[in-house]
Parts: sequence; C-alpha cells; structure tokens
Amino acid sequence: MRIAIPKEAASSSTLVAATPKTVKALGKLGYDVLVESGAGTAANFADQAYADAGATITDAAGAWGADIVATYTPPGEAQRDLLSAGAILMCTLAPHSNEDLIADLAKREVTALALDAVPRISRAQSLDVLSTMSNVSGYRAVIEAAEAYGAMFAGQVTAAGKTDPATVFVIGAGVAGLASLGAAVSLGAQVRSFDVRPEVAEQIESMGARFVNAPSAQQEVSSDGYAKPLTDEQLAAALDVYAQESSEADIVITTALVRGTAPTTITADMVAAMKPGSVIVDLAASGGGNCELTVPGRKVVSDNGVTVIGYTDLPGRMPQHTSQLLGTNVVNLMKLLTPAKDGEAALDMEDQVVRGMTVASGGDVMWPPPAVSVSAATPSPDDAGAADAAPSPEQVEAERKAAAARASALDAQRKKRNAWTAGIAGGLLALALCFANPAFLMMMTVFILAVFIGYYVISNVSHSLHTPLMSQTNAISGIILIGALLQLGSSSTVVTVLAFIAASVASINVFGGFLVTYRMLGMFQKGA
Amino acid sequence: MTLVSVAQVAYLVAAILFILSLAGLSKQDTARRGNLLGMVGMAIAIIATVALALDQSERPWAVTALLIACVLLIGASIGMYRARTVEMTQMPELIALLHSFVGLAAVLIGYNSYLTEGHDAMHLVEVFLGVLIGAVTFTGSIVAYLKLSAKMNSKPLTLPGRHALNAGVLVASAVLLVWFLASPSIWPLLIMTVLALALGYHLVAAIGGGDMPVVVSMLNSYSGWAAAAAGFMLGNDLLIVTGALVGASGAILSYLMCKAMNRKFMQVILGGFGGETGGGAAEVTGTHHEVSATETAEALSRARSVVIAPGYGMAVAKAQYPVAELVSRLRESGVQVRFAVHPVAGRLPGHMNVLLAEARVPYDIVLELDEINDDFPDTDMVLVIGANDTVNPAALDDPGSPIAGMPVLEVWNAGEVVVFKRSMATGYAGVQNPLFFKDNTSMLFGDAKEQVEAILAAMPARV
Repeated sequence: MRIAIPKEAASSSTLVAATPKTVKALGKLGYDVLVESGAGTAANFADQAYADAGATITDAAGAWGADIVATYTPPGEAQRDLLSAGAILMCTLAPHSNEDLIADLAKREVTALALDAVPRISRAQSLDVLSTMSNVSGYRAVIEAAEAYGAMFAGQVTAAGKTDPATVFVIGAGVAGLASLGAAVSLGAQVRSFDVRPEVAEQIESMGARFVNAPSAQQEVSSDGYAKPLTDEQLAAALDVYAQESSEADIVITTALVRGTAPTTITADMVAAMKPGSVIVDLAASGGGNCELTVPGRKVVSDNGVTVIGYTDLPGRMPQHTSQLLGTNVVNLMKLLTPAKDGEAALDMEDQVVRGMTVASGGDVMWPPPAVSVSAATPSPDDAGAADAAPSPEQVEAERKAAAARASALDAQRKKRNAWTAGIAGGLLALALCFANPAFLMMMTVFILAVFIGYYVISNVSHSLHTPLMSQTNAISGIILIGALLQLGSSSTVVTVLAFIAASVASINVFGGFLVTYRMLGMFQKGA
Repeated sequence: MTLVSVAQVAYLVAAILFILSLAGLSKQDTARRGNLLGMVGMAIAIIATVALALDQSERPWAVTALLIACVLLIGASIGMYRARTVEMTQMPELIALLHSFVGLAAVLIGYNSYLTEGHDAMHLVEVFLGVLIGAVTFTGSIVAYLKLSAKMNSKPLTLPGRHALNAGVLVASAVLLVWFLASPSIWPLLIMTVLALALGYHLVAAIGGGDMPVVVSMLNSYSGWAAAAAGFMLGNDLLIVTGALVGASGAILSYLMCKAMNRKFMQVILGGFGGETGGGAAEVTGTHHEVSATETAEALSRARSVVIAPGYGMAVAKAQYPVAELVSRLRESGVQVRFAVHPVAGRLPGHMNVLLAEARVPYDIVLELDEINDDFPDTDMVLVIGANDTVNPAALDDPGSPIAGMPVLEVWNAGEVVVFKRSMATGYAGVQNPLFFKDNTSMLFGDAKEQVEAILAAMPARV
C-alpha cells in the first residue's frame, strides 16, 4: 500500500508527519512512501533527504490521493476533496468538538483515525501524539519564558558581583509539567512544583525540582493516575498554594488540564501580586487557559509588568524534533496496524487502541467509541484470562490489583505453611537433640550458630563479588586440611597414606583458592 | 596452659578471622582486606595444627614433620601454579575442581576417623554422613568440572526413572547405615561410598549447562557441609564453624541464582533442564537482519549511550580484552558506556564481573539487572555479546516458554540492538529467541573476539 505524507493543510503549521528517518521505518514495514514536495521544508527536511530515505516525491493530489494519509492538522475542504474513498486518514481531529468534520469524512467513506484520541493505556504510549506534544510544549514553555524574562536562569558569581538564580514554579506535573521542570532545572533555575496528586512527588524530586507539599490541597493517591476534579476545600487550599508560590516566583508555568478543560489556577489578583518582569506561561491556553489574563495564542503584558504567554503553537516552534517524535508516533501506529509487516494495513476493531482512535469508517461515524461492557470483564478468579476482550484502563488496573491481591493471599498462605513446617521440623530436631550426648550438643550449638552467622554475613555480598567469594570460601573450606594433618602422625600406614593424600589435595585448595582470589580482587578497579 | 588449649584459642581466632574475611568480601572496598584476613586465619590454624600434630604424633615427630612439609610443599606448588596460570575464563572449571578436592579429603578423613577412633553409635553416624556428603561432592564436582571444561557433553543425562534412582540410593544408604550401626564393619561404609559416588555423578550429569551457576554454588555449599561433617567426626570446632560458613554461603548463592532464573531450587537440583525444548512454547519464526562489523562501528560512532550485555559467549571467545578496548575508546569520545550483567550470565555467579575486571573495566560501570533494566529505553545502542537466554523477550511475553517468568535484560527497548553470535542456534535453555527477529535487532555473526576487533579497526580514529 502507499502511505503519503502531504504538506500540512494548515499553512501555519510547521510540522510534518514523517522525517527521513521515520520514512525509512515505514519502508521497513513494507509500505511505499510518498512525500509531497515541500512537506518538510518548514521543519528543515529537504525533499532530497526524503528521496534518499526511499520516499517518492509527489504533488498534493498524489499525496492526498494515497491509500493512507498521515498528517498532523486536519485537512481542509480542498484536501478532503482529494481523498479517495476507502483511504485511511490519520491526523489530529479533536473528535469531541469536530462533529461536522467527522461526519464529512464519514460521508466520503474515509477511514479516519484521530491521533489525539489514543486510549491512555501503557501499551499505547508509544503512539500517543498528545504526550508527544505535551512533552515538547513543556520544554518550549521554558524557552519562551527564558526569552521573555529579563534575567538569567542560573545563578552566577562573577567578579562583578553575583546574581540569584530564577525561581520557577510549575503547576501540574504531568507530561508537560515534568518536561518543563526538567528543562528549567537544566538551565540552572530553582524549580518548585505542585501537583494535586501526591504520588508524583517522587517524579518531581527525581527531576531535581522541589515538591511543594500541601496535604490539605492534595487528593488521595489516585487509582488511575489522573487528577480528578477537586473538592471545594481542596480547591481553596490549592489556590492558597498557587498565590503563595507565584508571588515568590520569577516564572510560573501552569499546565493544569483536568480531562480537557482548564481550571483557573492563577487569578488576576495573583498576577497583580507577582513581581514586575516575571513571566507566566500558560500551557492550558488551548483549553481557555489556567490564568485569568491569558489570551490564547498571544503574549500579553499585565498592568504590573507580568508577561503572560498563551501561545498554542509551542510544538510548532520546534518543528524539527516535534516532527521526528510525531513521525515516530505514526510509525508505531503503523506497526500496530501492520503486524505482518507486509505493507497491508488492517484495522482490528477488537483492538482497544485501534477502536478508540477510529472516528469514521466505512461511511459510518464511529465516535465516540463504545464504553467497554462491564459484564465482559467481571472476572471470577478462574476466567480472568478469558475476559480481556477490551477492558478499560480502570478495569485492567482493577484486575491487576485483584490478581496481585490473590497472589499475595496465596503467598501469605504459603508463608504460613512454611513457617509451620519449619517450626515443626525445628521442634523435632530440638527434641532429638535432647537425647544426644553433651559433647555432641556443644558441637551442634557451634554448628547451628555458625550457619546463622554465615547466612547474615553472606546475604550482603554484592553480586559482582560472587566469584571471588566462591573461590575464597573454597580456600577456607580447605581447612579440612587440619583434620588430615592431625591424622598424619598415626602409627597405621594405611591411615597415614590416606591422610597424606587428603592433606595434599586440601592444601592445594588452601593455597590455590586464596591466591586466585587475591589475583581476581586485584583486577577489580574503580573508574576514574 | 597446655598445647591443646593454646591450639583451641588459635582455632577461635582463626574462626573469627574467617567470619571477618567473608564479611569483608561483601564490598569492593573491603574485599582485599577480607582476602588477607582469610589467609592470616588459615596460617594461624595451620601453625597451631602442625604443633598439635607433632605433639600427638605416634611416630617419631621428625617423620611426621617431614610428611607435613611434603604435603604443604605439594599443595603450595600445585596450588600456586594453578592460581597463577588459570585463565579467568576458566574460573568455573577451577572452582569446580577445587570443590572436588574438599569432597575427596572429606571421604579420606572419614575413613581414617573410622579406622583410628572408637566405634560408638554417634561417631559412626558422623563418619557415615561425612563420607556420604564428601563422596557426592567429589564425583559431582568432577562431573561439573568435565562439563564446564567441555570435556564432557553438557547436555543433561536423562536416564529413565532418574528420580527413583536417586531416591533409591538414599534409601539404600539409610539401610546401610542401620547395618553399619549394628555391626561396625567396613563393608557397609565401602558399599555406601560407591553408591554415593554414583549418586554425585548422576545428580550433576542430569543438569544442563545453563544451570551450571546453580550447580557450582550448590557444590560449594556441599563442600562446606562436608567440612562441617568432618568437624563433627573429629570433634573439631574450627572445622564445624568453617564448614557451616561455607555451606551457608553456597546455599545462599544457589538460592540467588535460582531466583535470578525464576526456577525452583528443587527443579534445578533434580535436573533434566537445559536440553529439552518446551512443548508449549510459541514457535518463533521470522527473518533476521544481518549487519557487518563496519556498519556496527558506524552506528557506534553515532550513539551517545551504549550498553553492553555480555554472556557466556564472551567468555568462550575470550573477547573481554577487545571489548574493554572498545569501551575505553567509546568513553574517550564521550559516549556513555555501561555493562548490563544478568545474575546467571556465564557459568559461575559473578563470572562476567571477574572477566571484565580482568580486562580492566572499571567496576562502577558494570551494573546489575535491576539497576539498568529501566534505562534501556534511553539507550541508543545495545551490544549483546554472547548472551542469549538472558536477553530473551519470550521470558516475559510467552507464558508457554520454558524460561517464562525469568527476569531478563530488556535490551529490545533500546534504540538499536546488535547481537554478536556464532550462528542462529538456540541458547542453553534450548529456546528460540524472538529478540533476533525484532526490527531494531541486527545480527553480527562470527567469533565475538574477531568481530569486536574488526569494529575497533573500523572505528574512525579520533583526533
């Protein structure tokens, strides 16, 4: 089949849905790749580079008329006219707000896959365009802020005195938030971040930022990994945190999007309380904005000199890498659609990911995808495996938890049984020992204690030292030599001969074992 | 103050030094000190014993002294010679061979103890058990040595009814013990010895090459128990303590190895694994992609982060030196290079670490499974050198696979994987590896050493 990468329909878009690198990957899947002339120009990919990667350069009609068309922005009327019936179109469609467009595509019998409707399950992460865009936006937000901010991010100590580092406050530690704080940290800023989900604290700290702790504003640990709407008290507490933090920050990056809508995090009052010259970057501008002063798509300056950036095209400002990531998302989607790698795309509607993305097919509107029937996935312990038709993420999670609970119950049962067995065996052994003679008992005492010492001593050994440990214990177990030495002096020739052999081999062990351990340990060295 | 009590104190000091020695070995920083403490402990124990042996000698003491000197001379010359000349790739064989010496010594000492000391029931039981464990260790280790040094086919020997055979030997030994206690003649002891030797042979012969790390550490444990048993029959606390330490150490190592393979200890011990192909495993088919050393060198010069996953194949090809050279070249040009070592890579616990250390690879870039598994998605390139089962995705994906559930290095998550391999043959577990057919995997066939050298030659010289 032919897969085509047309020039983006929206003239403002700088992106392209494939780069020379991903064209190669598409070719490996068995497809003939067409690229519209000039498709990559805005992202600095020349036609020749695509041609070198194995693509055929074509015109608009050729590209839009292919069997599969991959692009980022949705096609306009003119482009839709070029689509052939039965073609597969993949692009962002915002299906929840674009009913007319989807109906039109359905009428043209185009199979439309919405790149922005990928179900949020871990298997589908590699083709989640929204994550890609959030990630890039988060990074770019910091760059925009740095440009608008009239100072340096990193603190400096120079002969001419010192400057303090910028304080960056990031609201929401989702994909975009984490990308922001990572970029800000690497520019040398002091970064603080808040999220209503307490479980992301660790992720925030792992990026080198400080997590702002405010228990009253935080939710319980969420079961599905996504933030829920806050209760009134939590909301009030959260706003207090935002007011406090933003008044001290030089840069505020706000990324709060609760299932598509942007709640207000930074009120006009808070902006008024901020330092002149500070910058707010609103990553939720496309959803209306988290900041009350945000004008989507524009950069405005408040009365007190706070710059509020509401750009909605942040990913497009870095077209080269964004296109690379977007192209990889497309490749991963094509991998899912072509399991046989034979260049024939097949839509498996049983696949939850494919079904979730398909908004039009065979003349019918397929949006919204059906909610997964709950009865199919109420697993009894026995048929958990059979009920995985298409469970939602929540159900998958619930099932996984149930399975874990069952496993831990079994584990606990087994542990209990083991404890009983050990107890009974120990008791019997103790009883048997009561009949032993005192000399033997003394030896047994030494023996058992030594086993325990051995257990605790050895448990800490690092994996890389296992071989030296073995040769060392080998050498030490050559201690059996002393038993043989004591027998050497026997008056019986047979005993002496046997003891001589035993002592010889054991002493080979002693000398060989210690020396080879010594030799090995001498080799281990730490890197500079 | 008698000589016996002085010797006893010396033994106590030696025992403590042995414990400190093993404790020291748990960390890189203290390992060398641990080794030296062990040597000192051994020296103290031997000096005390020599004094005691001369004092208790039933012959003229000069004769005994001469014998002891001979013994030590033999041990020192052979032992030191082997320790100096052994190649690090042959460590598993050497260690297995040394285990067999302990087993042999335990058997001989058991016989001597039977010949020289009283025949009370307790002592007879101790002698009997000591000889039994010693004999099993002896032949078991010999077989392990032969398998590891490829002097014997490493395929598991699967006799019909082998579990019944093993159990039969144990039952027969129990019967012989009763006979031995009833009439302490040498015959039941001799018959049992023969049976135990056969048992040791059969036990290890039934275990496949891939399980050798477990077997070697298990034999390590046995050799400890054999020493402890000798301690019981001679009434020597130092032997008991040392034997118990070594026994516990080997047991823990075996347990760790089993955990690393997600296998039950008993399954490994009972053997039969390593040659059979899993009936329920999904058939893996597909085409693999071949790559040349030159292309690999080019890819490496583009990569920014490289992980090397070595396996037994690297040891066989003795490729650790060129690999180390490759690593230092890459590091000099600013590439982040790390090693990912699976717990059961090689034929001995920690085998890969020793080989890499020999080639002067800094130990802090040699990481364990858990430390590195999450980093693969951020890695540009993985070189799999002579590893197979430890990088097999079927362990996670295919519940029917014989290695299902075994933790593996998830190398396939990296950008690009190059597998150095001699041919498309399966690993020791006899399982086909779907990794080879993945899109981001390329195969580089041939001797690992030659191929790495070819890559080195093809790498552009840095200014």
